[in-house]
Amino acid sequence: MSVPLPHIPVLRFGQPYESLDVSELADYRTGRPLAKLSIANPGLVRRDLRKVGSAAAALRALSCAKLIEICAKAGELFLKEALPLGVGGQTQSPDDYVERLSATSGLPHNLCRANMLKIHQVFVEMPTVLKGLTRGLDLRALDNGLGEQSGVPVSYFAATDALGVVLPSNSPGVNSLWIPAIALKVPVILKPGGTEPWTPYRVIQALIAAGCPKEAFGFYPTDHEGASTILERCARGMIFGDDTTTERYRNNPAVSVHGAGRSKIVIGEDQIEHWREHLDVLAESILANGGRSCVNASAVVVPKYGREIAQALAERLGPIDARAATDPQAQLSGFANPKMTEWLDETLEEGLREPGAEDVTARFRSGPRKVTFDGGHYMRPTVVFCASFEHPLANREFLFPYASVVEVPQAKVLATIGPSLVVTAITKDEAFVRQLLAAPHIDRLNIGPIPTPKVRWDQPHEGNLFEFLYTRRAFQRVGA
Amino acid sequence: MPQTKTPLAASAAAMQALDAQAVAIVKWHFSPETGTPFWLEWAKRNAWNPAKEVSSFADLSRFPHFQDEWLRDEPNERWVPKAFAGKPFHVFETGGTTGMPKQRLSWEDHKTDYTEFSRTLDERYFPRGAYWLMLGPTGPRRLRLAIEHLAGVRGGSCYHVDLDPRWVVKCLGKRDVETANRYKEHVIDQAVTLLKNRKVQCLFTTPKLLEALGERLSVPDAGIRGVFCGGTSMTPQMIRFLTEEVLENRAQFVPTYGNTLMGLACSRPLKPEDNWSVTYYAPQPRAALRVVDPKDTVRTVGYGECGRVELTTLTKEFFMPRFLERDEAIRREPCDLYPWDGVGDVRPFGMLEKKVVEGVY
Repeated sequence: MSVPLPHIPVLRFGQPYESLDVSELADYRTGRPLAKLSIANPGLVRRDLRKVGSAAAALRALSCAKLIEICAKAGELFLKEALPLGVGGQTQSPDDYVERLSATSGLPHNLCRANMLKIHQVFVEMPTVLKGLTRGLDLRALDNGLGEQSGVPVSYFAATDALGVVLPSNSPGVNSLWIPAIALKVPVILKPGGTEPWTPYRVIQALIAAGCPKEAFGFYPTDHEGASTILERCARGMIFGDDTTTERYRNNPAVSVHGAGRSKIVIGEDQIEHWREHLDVLAESILANGGRSCVNASAVVVPKYGREIAQALAERLGPIDARAATDPQAQLSGFANPKMTEWLDETLEEGLREPGAEDVTARFRSGPRKVTFDGGHYMRPTVVFCASFEHPLANREFLFPYASVVEVPQAKVLATIGPSLVVTAITKDEAFVRQLLAAPHIDRLNIGPIPTPKVRWDQPHEGNLFEFLYTRRAFQRVGA
Repeated sequence: MPQTKTPLAASAAAMQALDAQAVAIVKWHFSPETGTPFWLEWAKRNAWNPAKEVSSFADLSRFPHFQDEWLRDEPNERWVPKAFAGKPFHVFETGGTTGMPKQRLSWEDHKTDYTEFSRTLDERYFPRGAYWLMLGPTGPRRLRLAIEHLAGVRGGSCYHVDLDPRWVVKCLGKRDVETANRYKEHVIDQAVTLLKNRKVQCLFTTPKLLEALGERLSVPDAGIRGVFCGGTSMTPQMIRFLTEEVLENRAQFVPTYGNTLMGLACSRPLKPEDNWSVTYYAPQPRAALRVVDPKDTVRTVGYGECGRVELTTLTKEFFMPRFLERDEAIRREPCDLYPWDGVGDVRPFGMLEKKVVEGVY
């Protein structure tokens, strides 16, 4: 007897709801169905969002300390235990999670596991994460609404009853960004990516199993209208996506936009003679997580030796080819939609037709950039030397290991590179470091050879979630 | 009465009635004494005489598909049957189209359709003498007069709140969702005001407006006992959501399928095994629906199969053979209440292949 396909329901404040609108999740290589996913009609989302107040009340009944304890337990459950998946009492083991996540997202198993560990880390490192976000605030101040920090009375109130999150499909690791909201007593309303419901659903189930009130979770696979509804009706929202998806929220202070990162590595004039020593950091920054993250470096900006650095990177990255998803050595991610690889390849070729750019990896790659392997579609790593930062390929970000190498005089770097989510600056020049520290268009700054994707849990990433979710009010009390 | 016959006999009788209607209506529109100028001239240009040669509904397959441009380009007078010459007519226009709209003339057809429809309504939910609210596209659409007639036939009167779908189409065409939403709010504001100040028990509206209304108040608590909904296709999930949540299982939801060209196709009451998939039945013999193979539109698809919806309208006021609707549907079996083919899970044609913008209201 064949096992029925799991049906992942909508979660309406933790309550499973099987919609009649269903999409099918299929293996990106074979098209084999792997699960059904309930799709919420936008009206249903709107109707539920009128009730977030009671969800917030359920979560706020628990102290931050208790929620941190729950997170620690949830981390272990997420990593190691079978958790409910879908309707009808089915459960999913960690291995099955990795297998299905890989089969719909294209990430090889080893990268799925790495993302799993990253999420586990957020769970278990929650005290450190919150310490970083709140600058060491005694979290009882959130339980009581009142507290003291550095000898000064402080009063905080939640700016929203729920955080709405529109998630992408490209990398499960992004779920680590919303998880602290739960420990901060703010319910979440999640719209998962079309091919990646697995991770947010599993995170929710881990939290519920660990003792978190189920009312704190909305899980709404839905369409564009439903996604807009979530962002418009939650007083605080978070969206992931490319520039087209996120553009309309760019100037909306209630929505935290996580678009293209355009992360970069900058080598200072003082360190450029030692560039060979940093090749590992450069390559890892471009290649980690299949090059899919906004924290992957997409440009290497150097004062000189651009061609040599491009060639050295190309020698390392160019030969990397697609491997089976189960291969522990696999480094590339497959694409569920072959049209995506066609678009990526055509966009690159179009850019390369503009004078002033060379795909240096082409010399070290046997065969084309766009390949099919085991029924899956892949893009092989590409390093392009650009003669100027004005070239259309110099400041692009793609969903695979891609980077430009560009020569820019150090004095002009900050005026040239534009908004950058992460900048790793390899320099010991204190004057340059001071300039980098003052640059408002750099979100996260690493000084020294630190790979761009590497995170410190006590540092906020892509905006401070605590400051986004909480507002500090002036407070005085007679007799206090 | 269909219920007293066996299903097979009822279907045969329905088919006979449809054949008879096809013969009579074709004769009417193609006879010099009663006919329509458009069709009389059409017959002159074609090498056959429909008035003599059509002897069944199936014979209508000899006509080409009716072209909607004819209803835009031809002057109204060309659609006036000689038998109605000199009688003022209503001009009804179709939905949300921008540019020159399709126009259909009507004398009594809209009243007939809604008088017939009225007989299908359950008095527990659509009480006689009740006030109605028509919340949707009024203007040049036949719904404006039709709903008022429906209320009147049932001994009541009707309030109206207009929604201009053409303005919504323009806003959405410019991706100005904000203006479209503000307009929707403006429409809903008016409905809420009426419901708060007047005793209204029956409502006609569109799915999106019903949903929006339900976000502002509890529709059953506002006194509404029955909702008749139409104007755009509805997925089973939408029907379930409107029934269970917006109407809280306390007011009856009556979905319909129709337009200015057809009239009103009623739905078979839902049973649990339908899983919220509604089946609609054309108002035979005045109009008939077929689900046809899009690649060979003479062929009716099998029961349970999906195809394009083809509409034929057969009244003395309007003859429209084989018009291909912009919808696709599943062909469904006759039922006791309507012993002829039904159409189920109606959705915009090509929805599975390309993204279709619909349901602006």
